Amino acid sequence: MSRFARLSQLLSPLVAVAASFLVGGLVVVAIGENPFHIYAILFRGAFGSVDAIGLVLFNAVPLIFTGLAVAFAFRAGLFNIGGEGQLYIGAFVCTLAGLAFGGLPALVLIPLLILASAAGGALWAAVPGFLKARFGVHEVINTIMMNFIAVGLTSYFVINMLREPGQMTPQTSEIAFAGHLPRLADSLSLIGIPLPQANPLNFSLVLALGAVLLAWYILYRTTLGYEIRAVGMNAKAAEYAGINVRRTLVMAMVLSGAFAGLVATNEIMGFRHRFLDNFSSGLGFMGIAVALLGKNTPLGVLLAALLFAVLNTGALEIDIFTDVPRELILVLQAVTIILVVVGNEVFARRVAAREGRAAGVPLPVTEASGETK
Amino acid sequence: MSERHAVQMRGITKRYPRALANDRVDLDVEVGEVHAIVGENGAGKSTIMKVLYGLTPPDEGSISLWGKELSGHRPADAIREGVGMVHQHFMLVDTLTVAENVVLGAEPCSHGCLLDVAAARERVRQLSSEYGLSLDPDDLIENLSVGLEQRVEIVKVLYRGAKILILDEPTGVLTPQEVRELFVILRALREAGRTIIFITHKLEEVLELADRITVMRDGRVAGVVSAAATTKEELARMMVGRDVLLRVTREEARPGEPVLQVAGLSAIGRKGSHVLEGIDLEVRSGEILGVAGVQGNGQTELVEVITGLRRASAGSVTVCGRETTNRSPRQMRDLGVAHIPEDRQARGLVLGFTVAENLILGRHHRKPFSSRGLLSLDDIRTHAERLIEEHDLRPRDPDGDAGHLSGGNQQKLIVAREFDGGPALLVASQPTRGVDIGAIEFVHTSLLRMRDQGAAILLISAELTEIMTLSDSIAVMYGGKIVAQFEGGAVGEEELGVAMTGGAGASAGGSAVRSDGRPPRHEMGAR
Ligand SMILES: Nc1ncnc2c1ncn2[C@@H]1O[C@H](COP(=O)(O)OP(=O)(O)OP(=O)(O)O)[C@@H](O)[C@H]1O
Ligand SMILES: [Mg+2]
Repeated sequence: MSRFARLSQLLSPLVAVAASFLVGGLVVVAIGENPFHIYAILFRGAFGSVDAIGLVLFNAVPLIFTGLAVAFAFRAGLFNIGGEGQLYIGAFVCTLAGLAFGGLPALVLIPLLILASAAGGALWAAVPGFLKARFGVHEVINTIMMNFIAVGLTSYFVINMLREPGQMTPQTSEIAFAGHLPRLADSLSLIGIPLPQANPLNFSLVLALGAVLLAWYILYRTTLGYEIRAVGMNAKAAEYAGINVRRTLVMAMVLSGAFAGLVATNEIMGFRHRFLDNFSSGLGFMGIAVALLGKNTPLGVLLAALLFAVLNTGALEIDIFTDVPRELILVLQAVTIILVVVGNEVFARRVAAREGRAAGVPLPVTEASGETK
Repeated sequence: MSERHAVQMRGITKRYPRALANDRVDLDVEVGEVHAIVGENGAGKSTIMKVLYGLTPPDEGSISLWGKELSGHRPADAIREGVGMVHQHFMLVDTLTVAENVVLGAEPCSHGCLLDVAAARERVRQLSSEYGLSLDPDDLIENLSVGLEQRVEIVKVLYRGAKILILDEPTGVLTPQEVRELFVILRALREAGRTIIFITHKLEEVLELADRITVMRDGRVAGVVSAAATTKEELARMMVGRDVLLRVTREEARPGEPVLQVAGLSAIGRKGSHVLEGIDLEVRSGEILGVAGVQGNGQTELVEVITGLRRASAGSVTVCGRETTNRSPRQMRDLGVAHIPEDRQARGLVLGFTVAENLILGRHHRKPFSSRGLLSLDDIRTHAERLIEEHDLRPRDPDGDAGHLSGGNQQKLIVAREFDGGPALLVASQPTRGVDIGAIEFVHTSLLRMRDQGAAILLISAELTEIMTLSDSIAVMYGGKIVAQFEGGAVGEEELGVAMTGGAGASAGGSAVRSDGRPPRHEMGAR
């Protein structure tokens, strides 16, 4: 890739983000408020204190996982819309294990629950992966359907069978204490960072950063990653090279689902310590936007998740202190995504023109060339 | 300036991050001439044509058409001045007719942007009879042979009023018969005053058709000569900078044990009819078996079945004495079967992977490139550097995107990869498609050397000369069967040609055969 192409790759999301703030500002003006004031509140909400920054990181963790899930599958040419369902099942399996194995010491239980989260998500993603590989059924449809099933099933079990005794709230009892991921407040105060005790930021942040590294490592340093990328960029050539395309597709989905399932480390092990019906409200779907903004690279996902977390966290502040509805943040996020997608296309065309290729007709997602690297 | 010139390009420079594709190139094309551009792979031929057509802006230099300097650098600007490009990868919609394809995308639209198919049909008919294209405007594209599809591309360009036609390696995909027909058409176009620029690696074609020739080397113009005043040898020397063996000499083969045995092999196509029927053949170690045939007569399918990419419906494939019918591609590779696929971009390469990554494709899972599921980047790199050196891949950069290599260098990459590692059986489909004469010489001598070192080679090629030069014996395929078999050296081009078109008792297949000697293509599933 040329320097020009590389530069545009880097710049286009930044330009898009800047432009979206401009558009958001116009919206604020249109409803008769001062955009500078609103943005000032937004950033104060996100960066104004150690507590705020801790919240941003806390909010970023699930988005990192779901963003990685989408990005990873995308590398194999698969569009995994099922992050939401996968994270529900991951959280559910994690909770079940946390309720069942209460007797185990933390040193055993924590790894076990992490594995359970990943396994739940992996299992849920394996189904559409298998259907795609075996019967060629499009994964978009099946992952969406699997979302409905996951939400419905967990809801049923939580309300009807696993509800905490004597409670109206549709939630399970708390998982064993040994399975709680410690909060970061104590450790951080040891190194002089005064994160308030109440801040929900916990050790799953470390897991999320590990997952970013792991995704990168799998894709670029392992034989499996090589095969996944080959299948994603040219399935016919992969077949020619002796790669088992079907198995690779299933593997990619399984790993993708595992990343989504790990959301439970934050939501269950680190924060709620129980399964609350309908707790996610779209974290899985946000992952699609995160992956898109992050151009389907692990590092990009990390940065995009942070940006979205900043917006989400700042939105709360706007909600509390101004008359501007927090929906403005939704507008901002949506505008950012649209601008990134458009910006991608525009830059791709310019790069193509400079490099003498015909401008790319957008490929169907399943045959997406892994241009970004 | 002079009205004599259809095209004057001055000082065109085009830099890519890893290559200087064009270095102060001057190109003059006179009105009404056939102008050939020749040069080694990566010399910058395609680039200079893309610059002319406005597909890529030059970094420096100017372009004048018909004596007027061109202001913009977009295809629309070039098209307005009468430049047309016949694309190498045909851009046709299979399910539409010839006329519909011709109007599709034709600008500007008159009649309120409704497609005026009726007028187009008339115009296609007219152009077709004017230049002897034998196109029926109502034929569906999917029923056309490759040669006819190419003519549809030519008509598309003419329909848009092109007075300068650019053809980038138009003969690479054609059979010798189709090449002859194309030349008749191109001559008719020249008679009618159109200007033609074409790129090719086949020097006979250049001498036969061109008026003048621009020779490129390393991004520069190495010389401009008149076809009447030059020879193949001189052109080759100008291109490569040394004398090139234009023909390799083949020693007698000393065949050993059978490596590939195919018996009674059949396969069924998508439409349920046989694409292969009762194929028997044997290739021994130290022997080259050439398979001749008009494209689309089952060669693609035969190769796919042998290499594990397609299932056989009956019969058996045996490699080194082991029954391997319907084994997976990986199992075949692990048994030492290497494969140069006929379509380099569709099968042979992962565009978007680097050169180094592509050079391990197929062996990426084995030592030394991979151990315990991890890639060994150092070994991958050393391997790439060695093959780049041995096969003179340009640019010499293991980390470049394979999609940015010139067409010939992409082919050379695949050849380098499949030659390496001492395969027991090499299945080579069109191994020299699109590579320059120096590289052809290299590939041919390497094939013979591999043979002499004991490899069994199954060579499939549309180039009869290639088949005849290299093969120890020759099988001719027609309609999914082997219809004739000859000793190498004991058969003439004529005789082969007759067998290839189903002559000499080959019509027993009973499938509908069209006038160009192809069975209906959709039955063959080959493009
Ligand atoms: N899009 C691109 N990006 C980077 N480098 C490129 C690109 N296109 C071409 N090049 C480089 O420019 C040089 C000239 O390429 P070009 O395609 O013009 O060669 P060519 O003469 O047509 O060769 P061939 O006979 O193999 O088709 C090569 O070194 C090639 O690697
Ligand atoms: Mg070229």
